[in-house]
Amino acid sequence: MHKYVIKRLLMLIPVVIGVSFLVFFIMSLSPGDTARTILGENAPMEAVEALNEELGLNDPVLIRYARYMVGLLHGDLGDSYKSGRPVFNEVMSRFPDTLKLAFWGMLFAIVLSIPIGIISATKQYSLTDSISMVFALLGVATPNFWLGLMLIIAFSLHLRWFPSGGSEGWKALVLPVITLGTGCMANITRTTRSSMLEVIRQDYIRTAKAKGVNSKTVIYRHALKNALIPVVTIIGLQFGSLLGGAVLTEAVFSWPGVGTYLINSIKAKDTPAVLGCVIIFSICFSIVNLCVDILYAYIDPRIKSKYK
Amino acid sequence: MKNERNKKRSMAAEIWQRLCRNKMAMLGLAILVLLILAAIFADVIADYDTKVVAQNISERLKGPSAAHWFGTDEFGRDIFARIVHGSRVSLVVGLVSVSVSMIVGGSLGAFAGFYGGRVDNVIMRVMDVFLAVPSILLAITIVAALGTNLINVMLAIGISGTPSFARIVRAAVMGVKDQEFVESSRAIGASSITIIFREILPNCMAPIIVQATLSVASAILSTASLSFIGLGVQPPAPEWGAMLSSGRNYLRDALHLTLFPGLAIVVTILALNLLGDGLRDALDPRLKQ
Repeated sequence: MHKYVIKRLLMLIPVVIGVSFLVFFIMSLSPGDTARTILGENAPMEAVEALNEELGLNDPVLIRYARYMVGLLHGDLGDSYKSGRPVFNEVMSRFPDTLKLAFWGMLFAIVLSIPIGIISATKQYSLTDSISMVFALLGVATPNFWLGLMLIIAFSLHLRWFPSGGSEGWKALVLPVITLGTGCMANITRTTRSSMLEVIRQDYIRTAKAKGVNSKTVIYRHALKNALIPVVTIIGLQFGSLLGGAVLTEAVFSWPGVGTYLINSIKAKDTPAVLGCVIIFSICFSIVNLCVDILYAYIDPRIKSKYK
Repeated sequence: MKNERNKKRSMAAEIWQRLCRNKMAMLGLAILVLLILAAIFADVIADYDTKVVAQNISERLKGPSAAHWFGTDEFGRDIFARIVHGSRVSLVVGLVSVSVSMIVGGSLGAFAGFYGGRVDNVIMRVMDVFLAVPSILLAITIVAALGTNLINVMLAIGISGTPSFARIVRAAVMGVKDQEFVESSRAIGASSITIIFREILPNCMAPIIVQATLSVASAILSTASLSFIGLGVQPPAPEWGAMLSSGRNYLRDALHLTLFPGLAIVVTILALNLLGDGLRDALDPRLKQ
């Protein structure tokens, strides 16, 4: 098992290198003169040239990337063009807020979707199943930023139950969490239902039932455990869309997280900040996928036994 | 030859019959046909210059009425007309970006699956890197780097959807490449490219069609998301996400500014998802069982 975890951890290294190169390369395609963006349109040509030289922007992209990677290994993502402060500090100061949003969003999605998926599967074609599937379909089709706006209209402007922005107190968390978690919840519900439907038709479930095992025990001890692999996979994949969704949700609720910082940095053409945000998000996503892979081994003893 | 054509036709007819039996898929298809017709005849339904982009301040922020079914926006423009013309933008972006993903990702996946070994390893590791960046973030990065215009948006969404197609086509090609008809094609001296594109890929169309339908939905959603944060289609062009973004400032007094463009997105995505799910069941009935 340790061998498996170490192998997966080592595989993270080329992914991080690849992601950082991809994002760095894309950002280097950016048209326009960075030094001019920093100094302003009226800056003298000599000053622009000097700043380009100072920032190393005249070097080839591979040299700049190598320099960036050396910095990255030391936790240095460069300095923001806008504030002049280190991007790493800027991102990390906002990261807890984004993490809080993503954590509660995912928890909201998991806590509701798995029981709904199980009930839908065990009562297939019932009214409960139909209602939950309609909601799941709508949840997948609804853009989270629109859902956020509709929630603001209903619960902030009319009922005045929750604030429409900010991040102070639990009340400020409710609407962003629902906004962010609904799409994930819908996807996980659909996967749980189809995975459970597949499992409960298996022979061993029929055998357990025939032996007189209590139906709850059959569902939760025999079926659910075997239906979990695709559910865990979709939870891992949904984390990626959750991070992407966090950018939009933060924009709707003026949430002071990395997403808002990313959008402001794009508008200010602050390349190091954009680069830093995307790399941090991608590393997070890779780590979550790594955790999902490790979790497989705990859920499915067949995977675990391969590495014994 | 005639028998083969009949067999192909009967297979298509069988799939179509299976699709027709799925009421939800038919509902999705009907909505989609309406949407395509609205996009094609948008100029007949509402004139672009006078109703979609021309400002009419005396009519600003009017609620839904007989004259303006979905009301008017902050510049007095008819929201229904903008939604109808917006369907053009959404469908074009959806179709073009999915075509980019399908051509690039599909070709890479086909080569990886067909050649295997080192080619497969290199291509799929590069795709893994792309997959490690959440797709909307990748699209945001590309648009941030290249600039905000319609072509860059299509390119960004197309590139971010490439790895999923590569994976699906690779898996499908690997399942087909060892079959007898491929062997016989090789035996008569067909080149690898001919075998991939004329023999293997036509036999892998089922998962590709399903993926394409579902990808159009996510491309439309990504376009709206990019426009919502100001990185997509720029005003005054009518785009659903951009309309939502500008309606944010009038949430309290003019709900219709955000309600109708949002509903347009929901209905379109829902229709595409219903059709995609239906196609998946029709093309592979085992999945439904």
